[in-house]
Amino acid sequence: MSEIVKTVSRIFAPLIIVFGIYVTLHGHLTPGGGFAGGLIIAGAVVLLVLAYGGEREKLEGEKKSTSRLESSGILLFWLVAVLGLVVGGIFFLNIMGKGLPFTIFSAGIIPVCNIAIAVEVGGAISTILLALVLFEKDEN
Amino acid sequence: MYFLPLFIGLPLFGAFVLSLIKPRRVGDVLANLINLSLLVISFLLLRFGTLVYKIGGWEPVNGIPIGIYWVKDGLSTLMLIIVNLVALMATIFSVNYMERFTEKNRYYCLFLLMLAGMNGVILSGDMFNLFVFLEIASIASYSLVAFGTGAEELEAAFKYQIMGTIASSFILFGIALLYSYTGTLNMADMARVLATKGTAPVVFVGALFIMGFGMKAAIMPFHAWLPDAHPSAPAPISAMLSGVLIKVLGIYALIRIIFNVFGITPVLSDILMVLGTISLMVGGLLAIGQRDFKRLLAYSSISQVGYIILGIGLGTPLGILGGLLHLLNHSVFKSLLFLNSGAVVYATGTRDMQKLGGLNGKMPVTGGSSFIASMSIAGVPPFSGFWSKLVIIIACLFANRFGFAIWAIVGSIITLAYYMKVQRDVFFGPLREDLRETKEVPGFMKFSMIILAVLCVSMGLLLIPQLRNILLTPAVEVLKNGIEYAGLISY
Repeated sequence: MSEIVKTVSRIFAPLIIVFGIYVTLHGHLTPGGGFAGGLIIAGAVVLLVLAYGGEREKLEGEKKSTSRLESSGILLFWLVAVLGLVVGGIFFLNIMGKGLPFTIFSAGIIPVCNIAIAVEVGGAISTILLALVLFEKDEN
Repeated sequence: MYFLPLFIGLPLFGAFVLSLIKPRRVGDVLANLINLSLLVISFLLLRFGTLVYKIGGWEPVNGIPIGIYWVKDGLSTLMLIIVNLVALMATIFSVNYMERFTEKNRYYCLFLLMLAGMNGVILSGDMFNLFVFLEIASIASYSLVAFGTGAEELEAAFKYQIMGTIASSFILFGIALLYSYTGTLNMADMARVLATKGTAPVVFVGALFIMGFGMKAAIMPFHAWLPDAHPSAPAPISAMLSGVLIKVLGIYALIRIIFNVFGITPVLSDILMVLGTISLMVGGLLAIGQRDFKRLLAYSSISQVGYIILGIGLGTPLGILGGLLHLLNHSVFKSLLFLNSGAVVYATGTRDMQKLGGLNGKMPVTGGSSFIASMSIAGVPPFSGFWSKLVIIIACLFANRFGFAIWAIVGSIITLAYYMKVQRDVFFGPLREDLRETKEVPGFMKFSMIILAVLCVSMGLLLIPQLRNILLTPAVEVLKNGIEYAGLISY
């Protein structure tokens, strides 16, 4: 890609990621949540991969790590559900304090679930994108 | 009570962990351990009556349920035992069989996801939760059909995915219409509202559900994907798909909603019986002409699903008993037959019946167990299939439905015909020259085939009153009591 595209994406990618984190963390207060936040973060990855491209081996390594990220995100979500079972005897029990409504530390386990979903969705979408890019490289 | 969530939690844990780690032995051990413990737990459930589990501990407000409910009653227990039994046999078989594929742990990951989805469908007492689990199981099965990644597998998986997605959209539309009419997603509450407010939407929603779940169950006009999808998957997965997936996602979900939420009416009963009879005749007739071993078994699944629908659709306690017993029997002998076909492919490399012959001498365990399964599915006494078909036919006679009884008998003769053909072409007759080097399959594969064959012989015993009262009668009661299911809301 041209120098303009590379520079603009370099400037914007961190901002997009910050916005994705914001949407995720405020998931229980504002529109959006883990899924939307994860998608936005994956959008930054899409931008960088499209602007900079990369060698086959490098992209393959990245695909491996995003895939691992995805699995750990979903495992974190599983852990939240099972902690309820272990601590309180009920699957998905809210085991954290409910906090003050409309503040960031509220709503019990929902923010934690949102973070897990963001990691999972961000990892999954990036993995799909990288798999498509690698497939395209195989075709050529 | 405490261990109901394990039916979802354990397989999901296995799936997520196995997507992270590589060593094959870990996958073998973990998947088999999980399935074994689930089977043990589902037998333990027999000791309990009806259980209602509120996810997250959300208690009802003013008597209106606000959280997701899981319901374990007689019917769910029967289904859980069937699913986890076949799943355990399939994973034991996979230990050797899947060695020839790459990425064995990914396979176990998808397998466990599918299992979690099916257990979820069985346990869920919430309409939308049921849909979510149904989608988990379906999507995992689409990718499992494509697992071999050959041209044929990919085409079959694509077709399966398109048809499955159309089915899911019908189901989702139906759920949305019901939700807008009743204002609740809890199935027991929905039954209560429909009983008091009137059953106006049931005609249209029932049609949507019969199309949607009928497509998942491969009832006759909606069956076209099955003969492609089921043979293309690896053999243990074919066993899971034909053995339990079509029954859980299709038949179980359909009868649970029709009997327990809508309440069975004579019209719905007639529709189910006619569809069942068409399936059992046409599926059987199409099976006769097949040359491909696994494709023949797939058509035979359509035909046997017809028997189950016919029996349960009859709506009398005896008919329901026959239908449920045939459901149980069919999952055992059909998964055994698919495992047999997998063993034949493993040993010879082909599933074209014209290129096989005389394998009984070389593969005694495979040949013997497939003979038992074939006789069982064809309804030869004293094997298990005979008893369930007998109960269905007697139930038709008692209900004065002589026409359906005659069709059921004719269908049984056709079944015998094409399984005789399988036995003659594959296992009996002279051994072909190019098959002289064939060897019997390894130990784990033999083990699961033998266990299933023993079950085929002995499962007719479930009709003995003492055993029937443990397993089958509670399941029949649930369907017989119909919309008394609404009473669960007071738990």
